[in-house]
Amino acid sequence: MKLSFPTRMALAVLAVAVVLFLFAPLLVIIYFAFGKSNVQTFPIHHFTTYWFGVAWNDPAVRGALWLSLKAGFFATAIALILGTLVAFGIHRFKFFGRDTISLLLVLPIALPGIVTGLALQSAFNLAGIPFSLYTIIIGHATFCIVVVFNNVIARLRRTSMTLIEASADLGATPLQTFRLVTMPTLSTAIVAGALLAFALSFDEVIVTTFTAGAQNTLPLWIFGAIRLGQQLPEVNAVVVGVIALTMVPIVIAARISGGEGLGGSTRL
Amino acid sequence: MSVRAGFRQKAGAALWRRPWLRGALTLSPPLLWFLVIYLTSLVVMLITAFFSVNSLTGNVVYQWTWSNFSQIFTQSVYGSIILRTLLMAILVTITDALFALPFAFYLAKVAGRRWRQLLLSLLLMPLWASYLAKVYAWINILSNKGVLPDLESHLGLPLTHIAYTNTAMWIVFSYLWLPFMIVPIYGAFERVPNSLLEASSDLGAGSWQTFRWVILPMVLPGIVAGSIFTFSLTLGDFITPLLIGGSSSNFIGNAIYDSAINGGNLPFAAALAFVSIAIMAVYLLLAKFAGAFEAL
Repeated sequence: MKLSFPTRMALAVLAVAVVLFLFAPLLVIIYFAFGKSNVQTFPIHHFTTYWFGVAWNDPAVRGALWLSLKAGFFATAIALILGTLVAFGIHRFKFFGRDTISLLLVLPIALPGIVTGLALQSAFNLAGIPFSLYTIIIGHATFCIVVVFNNVIARLRRTSMTLIEASADLGATPLQTFRLVTMPTLSTAIVAGALLAFALSFDEVIVTTFTAGAQNTLPLWIFGAIRLGQQLPEVNAVVVGVIALTMVPIVIAARISGGEGLGGSTRL
Repeated sequence: MSVRAGFRQKAGAALWRRPWLRGALTLSPPLLWFLVIYLTSLVVMLITAFFSVNSLTGNVVYQWTWSNFSQIFTQSVYGSIILRTLLMAILVTITDALFALPFAFYLAKVAGRRWRQLLLSLLLMPLWASYLAKVYAWINILSNKGVLPDLESHLGLPLTHIAYTNTAMWIVFSYLWLPFMIVPIYGAFERVPNSLLEASSDLGAGSWQTFRWVILPMVLPGIVAGSIFTFSLTLGDFITPLLIGGSSSNFIGNAIYDSAINGGNLPFAAALAFVSIAIMAVYLLLAKFAGAFEAL
């Protein structure tokens, strides 16, 4: 399609404007995190990393961070296994109700997060299950499965079945085929899916509100602190720390998977 | 061949000959998870919506009643909450689609390869950076002593005073969900083959005609997929309204949060969640007709 020069330029300007718009708030928050003053003023007069130290040594923040890491780790482990299995099942086998399963998988992210959260809380309440690390993990794993699933099925759709048939024809047991043929072609997709699932879990706050009870994950601590309007300079530092920590798995995932599955079905 | 290896091979062959067995073995753990945990919870919640709470003890009374629903549909406050949420969801969806369409089109079909790679990798951070960090950043920008009023007074512009208003909600929601609209639309643009665009222009169509009659029908599923996210995210949020909105920013999410967490009235919260599920169900059905599930 031939576009006139002014049209192309207008589109380019709009694209840059959109990226700047998306970035500006993040830059603002990173900038404020280095201000010395107790009240946020613009511009900053003294640059300091003081509040990062305060945040790091705050036992409440540490406890919340530790809980978030534990929940993220176990939720990712469950999502990794179940997401990979369901991707295999849906890709390999044709059966009645396959579309229903695909729909079921996206439901936790297609329905508002508050619905998932409230549903789990209702069930825990009815069953008399007290809130704990496990209830947080159950909630997170449920919406993380689809992330792993998306990554793995995208890879499966691009790999050919003939390799697996060839392996079986040459006398390999299914286990050998799985270990020597299937896994090497899928490993980066699985790892990328797991990293994204962890990032999603680490940041989740809406479902967690309903499954954590009195416990504080890091996002719940941030939410509480913002609402109370106390410790705001510390919140700045924590929030910037969270951005930095989430970006590590994301960037690695993007590198190893070449970007596939990074955007779709992110939530949320 | 050892006995064990022989057994393994036999077991492998047996599995290979019975695809249904392999299928059942692979699919049953994830399906069990979804049935036992997710679907059961949803059903429990839907049933809870027909219970009530003892006002003295705060315990759930397991007795069938329509009172929650009659309250929602007769008290005008809930009608206006639902209407406000729906209008906001529609407004945010349209706003995001208007920005995402030209942006994704430029990225997929106009920009050069390296420039596209750069823009795509730049999108990664706003897409995945912490949700609360973004909301908090907007508090710092919009609040009365924030960056925006400061900038306005420096530039000698009149102060807009949008802190804690529904205008602020509209801006922040549109900001938060924009990447979720961009990604599926970009994916849809990528699936439009360039040869089709060339054919269209060879046959004498202008750029607008090509866009309207060739590209738009092909990216529509992407737009609908993006709108499912923007819709569902707006319907389910209570944090942005609490932190960014003002006294007139009560949304369905807030009402659910208030009755479940603060009010201890789980049945009423469940009934409200029922309403948002119904809204999403209608929306998803419409989306299915538009073929959007392929693009999710």
